[in-house]
This record gives sequence, structure tokens and C-alpha cells, in this order.
Amino acid sequence: MTPQEEQFWAKIEAEEKIEPKDWMPDDYRKNLIRQISQHAHSEVIGMQPEGNWITRAPSLRRKAVLLSKVQDEAGHGLYLYSACETLGISRSEMIEQLQTGKAKYSSIFNYPTLTWADVGAIGWLVDGAAIVNQVSLQRTSYGPYSRGMIRICKEESFHQRQGYEAILALAKGSPDQKAMAQDALDRFYWPALMMFGPHDSESAHSQKSMQWKIKRETNDDLRQKFVDQTVKQIEVLGLEHPDKAIKWNEERGHYDSSDLNWDEFWSVINGNGHCNRQRIEHHVAAHDEGEWVRDAISAYNEKKRAKKAQNAA
Amino acid sequence: MSDIKAATLEYATRLGDDSVVLGHRISEWVSYGPFLEEDIAYGNVSLDYIGRARMFYTYAAELAADGRDEDDFAFMRNDREYRNLLLMEMPKGDFAYSQVRQLFADVYYTVLLPELLQSKDETLSAIAAKAIKETKYHLRRSRDWVLRLGDGTEESHKRTQKAVDQLWGYTHEMFDMDETEQLLADEGIGVDVSKLRDAWLKMVTDILTEATITVPEDSWAVRGGRTGYHTENLGHMLTEMQIVHRSNPGCKW
Repeated sequence: MTPQEEQFWAKIEAEEKIEPKDWMPDDYRKNLIRQISQHAHSEVIGMQPEGNWITRAPSLRRKAVLLSKVQDEAGHGLYLYSACETLGISRSEMIEQLQTGKAKYSSIFNYPTLTWADVGAIGWLVDGAAIVNQVSLQRTSYGPYSRGMIRICKEESFHQRQGYEAILALAKGSPDQKAMAQDALDRFYWPALMMFGPHDSESAHSQKSMQWKIKRETNDDLRQKFVDQTVKQIEVLGLEHPDKAIKWNEERGHYDSSDLNWDEFWSVINGNGHCNRQRIEHHVAAHDEGEWVRDAISAYNEKKRAKKAQNAA
Repeated sequence: MSDIKAATLEYATRLGDDSVVLGHRISEWVSYGPFLEEDIAYGNVSLDYIGRARMFYTYAAELAADGRDEDDFAFMRNDREYRNLLLMEMPKGDFAYSQVRQLFADVYYTVLLPELLQSKDETLSAIAAKAIKETKYHLRRSRDWVLRLGDGTEESHKRTQKAVDQLWGYTHEMFDMDETEQLLADEGIGVDVSKLRDAWLKMVTDILTEATITVPEDSWAVRGGRTGYHTENLGHMLTEMQIVHRSNPGCKW
């Protein structure tokens, strides 16, 4: 091991953070770029399924809450892009990777939001699952990512409470509203569990990421936490649990549950979900339509600079 | 209900309608902006307008005292009952169109709100106090955008000039008075908007000129928002906005 490598591993061992100017192995850097940019893209693409309901929110209060939430997601996208830029990749490169499919985003956003209840379900289950993962990432070994996670977690837990509260209003509302809540739970429960990624044995990046302490807990452990915490929440709502096999296991101290439909998981990851094409097309279309606006800013700034130089001369 | 109270109810409803309609139009940009920072800014401005709408409607509901709440005003009235200015309901168009509309609206509020702040009606005055701060930020943003787009590339200039020309005719009714608003202006409750056009025109002219945009002649004007005579756009907008609320009558959300 070179002295640089020794120093790097000593820091990892001592739970010290790796900072942008520190030496780091190439693979560590690549792995971080993959993970952080994927996380940033998820925030950005995630604006679409929720944004889908901004113009139809059923009350002014809910409209304001949703707008503010989607705005937070965009903000998270920004911090994460910035955190990733500290690793030597530009935002435009990351956007290109997203648009060409080279970089991924969370597969959950390839499921359509079909009713108002889906907005609540996303806050409750999707943000809920994300938090379980992100809480553990607050201890990730890369400094900027860890600090970003600490900030993001605070806002996400707020979103989760708002989402749960929105679903609660439906679950305690009219029979139609309750049915809407149940339908959203039935559709989003399974994809939310898949957000933790494949089984540890199938996960391509897990082992190395654990050694580097980029990742702090395994996919299956995090998923189990989420399964456990959700049972009680569903009970409080008075809704039916989508997993008929859910059962407390005294010996393990956890709930046992059905295995997931991994064929569906891989199919959506590989681009064949309900909305994969739509999400990317939407992003590309908005980005392309914005090109003349970005060009205008550059041209304007250039004119101002030239004028200033002329005045100075 | 006294004439003044009835007029104030109508007035608060009109101002609420302006806010909710413009706030809705701005919200249509979320995830469609030219870059991420703009998605955030649009969300922010939209939130301010939705917040204003809630304050005006809550006050209207209080004056009406007939069991309605803010959501009844927003979701249970049809387009013929809405009283917003036509400018606010025009579709989002391209980025230049939305920013030019925003500039016209922001300058309008910049001249209107300080007058409303002087209202003898404490609630209207308090809403104005909050809105003034927001409008300061909104105007900074729309002004900067119009400058950059107007004096940017040939294409952005063309789009901005086109937007100005297309929207100009909808700005005149912003300064119209009717009996209701005259009564309130005489009582020191409402604003006499007919006196605000010069100040509005001066600010807009200065900004457009700096942006190398030609200020249009006042050759046409379309009116009708305050009497419920809208463009075809509002009906579609409200259909979308009200669908979930109206499909589930009497529900809480």
C-alpha cells in the first residue's frame, strides 16, 4: 500500500470524513459519483410524478404544501449536484448521463401517480423508505455527501409526516377517499420496498461500498427496518396491509414478509416500467426548450462584460 | 349586509382570484424550467401567490359569513363567476411570455400594494404589508429576466418582443374602475387603480427600453375579467384545478 492509500484507509478506519481535496482511490471516487449523481437525479426526476398533481391538488392548503415539497426536492437535487461536483464532474455532464441512460435514478419514479392519494403515498412510503436509507448515509465516509444527507434528512422527515397526514385525512374520510388511499398503498408498497435495491447477494456495488463506508448498512437490513416500521402505520390508518404474509417473528424480532417480484424490479430498472420513457423525455424536452434561455443569459453576460471592458479602457 | 361590506367582499374575492389564477399559471412551470434553479424560483413565486389567495379568500369568507371557506371560493365557483384580470389567466406560453406577464403583474403590484397598505380596512392593509415584501423579490427576478432575454440573443429578443406585443392589450383593464371599486376607493378601503397607470407605464417603459424592447402603441385592449367575461383559457384551467375537489363533494382533504 502506498502512503496515500494507508492514510486514506486510516481515516476510513477512524470514522473520519474524506474531504474533496484528500487523496482517494479512483474506484472510491467513481463509486461516489455514481451514487451521489443517481441520488441527485432521483430528486430531480421525482419532481415529475408529484408535480403531476400540483395543478389538481384538492385544496389550497394541500397545493401550497405540495408546491413547497417539490421545491424542496429540487433544492436537494441542487445540493447533491454540488456535492458531486466536488468530485470533479460537472452538472452538465451529469445531466447528459441522465438523459442518455448512463446514469440511473430511483426506479420508484417510473411508477405513475394516478390519483391524489398517490401524492400522500409518495410522501409517506417513498420518502419514508428514502429516509431509512439516508439516515444511515449521514454517516457515509465522504464529507460533502454526509453533510448533504444531514440537511436533506430533516426536510425529508417533514415530507414524510406531511404525506402520512395526507393519507390519514383520506383514510378517515369518505368511503371513496378511503378506497383511494388503499389503492395507493397497494400500488406503492411493493415498489417502495424495492427502493432498497436487490438482495445483498445480488447487489453489484454493495460489498465495496460497505468497505469504503460509503454505504453503512446492507439493502436487506434497511428494507427490514422499513417493513417493521410500516406495519403499525398501516394499522393506525385502518387500511389493509398489502402483504397478506406479513407476520411477526418472535425469534428474529422482526416481521417476516413475502419475497418481492424481482422480475418486475429488473424490468423497471432496465427501462421498461410505465413511465421510464416519459420521465426522460420530459426532462430532455424541458432541457432542450430551455436552451435558448441559457444562450440568452450567456449572450447577455458577454455583452455586459464587453461593455465593462470598453468602459475601463 | 351593508353596501360597503358587500363591496369589500367582492373586492377581496377579485384580489384572491387574481392571486390564485396567476399562482396556478406559475406552478405549471415546475419541472419544466430551463434549469433547476428556475424550477425552485417558480415554485417560490407560485407559493407566494397561493398564500395571498388564501388570505384574500379567508377574508372574503369571513365577510360572507355563510359557512363557505377559502376552498369554496377557489374550487366551487365556475369561470363565469371568477373575477380575475385576464392577464393572469393567459396560458404559460414560452419562458419569455411567462416572464413578460410576470413583469407586468409585478410592476402592477409594486404600484398597487403601497396604496392598499394605506387601506382603512385592517385586514386588506395587513395582507398588503406581507405581499409588498414578496413583490419586491418577484420584481427583481422578472426585471432581471426581461433584461437578459430582451438584450440576450436575437432569438430571445424576438420572443420577448412578441410576448410584449401579445400581452400589451390585456394590461389596460388593470386600471379600470367600476362602481364597486369606486365606492371602496371613496371610502379609503380600496385602491383607485385608474390613478396608477402612469406610474406603471413609466416603470415598464424604463425596463423594456433598457431591455432593447419596443413599447407597443396602445392600439388595442381586451377587457372583461372583472365582470366574468374571460378568455377561453380560464375554463380549461379551472377544469383541471377543480376536478378532484368537485369529484368528491363535501370531503375534507
